[in-house]
Amino acid sequence: MSDNNKMTIIATKGTFDWAFPPFIIASTGVAMDKEVTIFFTFYGLNLLLKDTSKLRVSPIGNPSMPMKMPFGPKWLQKIDFGPKIPNVLWNIPGAESLVTWLMKKTMAKHGVAKIEELRSMCQEFDVKFIACEMTVELFGFDKEDFIDGVEFAGAAMYFDEAASGDHHLYM
Amino acid sequence: MADETLDASGLNCPLPILKTKKALSKMDAGKILDVISTDAGSVKDIEAFCNQTGNKLISTTEDGGKYVFTIEKV
Repeated sequence: MSDNNKMTIIATKGTFDWAFPPFIIASTGVAMDKEVTIFFTFYGLNLLLKDTSKLRVSPIGNPSMPMKMPFGPKWLQKIDFGPKIPNVLWNIPGAESLVTWLMKKTMAKHGVAKIEELRSMCQEFDVKFIACEMTVELFGFDKEDFIDGVEFAGAAMYFDEAASGDHHLYM
Repeated sequence: MADETLDASGLNCPLPILKTKKALSKMDAGKILDVISTDAGSVKDIEAFCNQTGNKLISTTEDGGKYVFTIEKV
């Protein structure tokens, strides 16, 4: 495969919303005949866990997130509650779960794929998943908690993967 | 006439592309695939997909928010 057919992504975020960009770009890349490697480091490691049910979207300090109802009358669905609700209210226990649930509902309504679906499609199309060994140990993750097919390595391996490509994204 | 039809109605980016790729990978060269999509973004996306992968986009038709892409596998 020619050099410019290779791409790498560094995935650093581990919230529910930020799980999507690396998997969407990677799966689309391989579908378009690119050879793709994702290097998961720091909080991005959460995206490789077998159990993704703990991934949450945080409404705290997330001022750009539109907050609209995925159901109800049309006029209600048009209201963006994001700027209307004071940040302090998001400290109420359960607020994060509620917002995550609403985002999942919205995504389902729009025919957006689930994280697991995108992730398994990436694997089916041979996207290479590398988990940063240092941060796996740093955060006390157990390798058993991760899905099969993940390689564990360090920053040097990322450079080895990136060396022959010319398309590199940091997410 | 298409040899295969893929109905990706109701699915959003990047699923129509991923499913198109999967469907094409099961087909022989020269065969025709019809992809049905309701995602307006897939008009540009299918075009870009064919551009990059070398598959031939024979036609694109739209009827009331429903798109049909006819692709020839290379």
